[in-house]
Amino acid sequence: MSNERRITLEINGAAETTSVPAHRTLLEALRGLGHVDVKCGCEKGDCGACAVLLDGVAVDSCLTLAWQAEGHAITTLAGLGTPERMHPLQQAFADLGAAQCGYCTPGMIIAAESLLRRVPDPSEDEIRVALSGNLCRCTGYTKIFDAVAAAAAVMSGKGDAR
Amino acid sequence: MHSDFDLHLAADLDDALASLAPAAGEAGRPAAMALAGGTNLIVDLRGRRARPRRLVGIGRLEGLRWLRVDAGGIAMGARTTVTDLLESPALAAAAPALHGAARVFAGQMVRNAATVGGNIACGSPAADLVPPLMALDAEVVLEGPAGTRRVALADFYTGYKADVRAAGELITEIRCPPRPAGSANLFYKLARRQGDAITVVGVAVALEAAAGRCRAARIALGAVAPVPLRARAAEALLAGATLDAPAIARAAESAAAAASPIDDIRATAGYRREMVAVLTRRLLTRAWQAIG
Repeated sequence: MSNERRITLEINGAAETTSVPAHRTLLEALRGLGHVDVKCGCEKGDCGACAVLLDGVAVDSCLTLAWQAEGHAITTLAGLGTPERMHPLQQAFADLGAAQCGYCTPGMIIAAESLLRRVPDPSEDEIRVALSGNLCRCTGYTKIFDAVAAAAAVMSGKGDAR
Repeated sequence: MHSDFDLHLAADLDDALASLAPAAGEAGRPAAMALAGGTNLIVDLRGRRARPRRLVGIGRLEGLRWLRVDAGGIAMGARTTVTDLLESPALAAAAPALHGAARVFAGQMVRNAATVGGNIACGSPAADLVPPLMALDAEVVLEGPAGTRRVALADFYTGYKADVRAAGELITEIRCPPRPAGSANLFYKLARRQGDAITVVGVAVALEAAAGRCRAARIALGAVAPVPLRARAAEALLAGATLDAPAIARAAESAAAAASPIDDIRATAGYRREMVAVLTRRLLTRAWQAIG
């Protein structure tokens, strides 16, 4: 029984076609297509390293089957900004040193972006709750929370990330 | 990962129910399972704890995603997400027990995908939405080959990860009756961390008071038995009583006696039982004060 199927995914604004079986996760499909800014961590929804936006809402791509993502807009970290034109969250994480090894950073920024799209001016408590599904094992979370708050200020026109 | 399955992404409820209905001769391992947020089921496929022949994706059934909080009570479609609960100020006011459980539920990405129906259907003793919903006297609406029926959530589970659903039945709605004036409900999740952690002990209480006495009490316990359960004997001790400290202490001890916890990596059985008493006492005290 072959249950492989060609699907078309909208990734960072561009349509990409791939042939995957039903059990292939979105995480595996994205990395297979070269989107290695989506990281593979725990594969059970604990660590948040694989977070992507699905129609603007952060989900764990390891808990989503690739077929389910067809027809939805997928945004990975690279879809938010480039090294030349960084998203305010990317700029704030860089400026404030909110990364050590960097493996959790894509998921952290995607989760933060999902929060800021709903709550442009979050309290520290709201930032903490929004990032409670993202694990950083290098260091503390203080600079990460600071970076999200700084980016929120920039995005709402109330401050400067630097 | 279990990979020997077909995946059908249902277009609407009729399509989903037709796809979930068992075909003639299908027996043994579950033939078809509904896939909503996937936050439990995908993990169980990966660990081969779930091995369905067919998965029926219900992610496109937007008609099952709604939340209503009004004089008629609290009702929601089964595909309402945990984030939907968290973002409802009306729910926060009417059902702090359920809203509070949504707040400490896993992490953001899981909350964005996980559904109320899925949390009930997964049958985990530590499913965080279940004790609050039990305390709110919820019933689940099941639709299947034999039609529609309603089952009290307190009667839903029949054993560890087992429930009353017949083959092909899908949870479509969850309904809680109106809360009378002079009522309060609260939930507390005891875990190793505030977020992204599996519950060690979960306790939800709901009290209704009239003329200085407790008219009705519901106490629901999570993660301390093979299934989430109501502490019926403790509830009976409170009905009709004035909730002074000794009455609350007796009910808390009774609730602890209703638990049948196990030792695991998160806590010992003895600790869990003791914490049922402590949390029940604290929640009853706070709920009674809130009504007072």
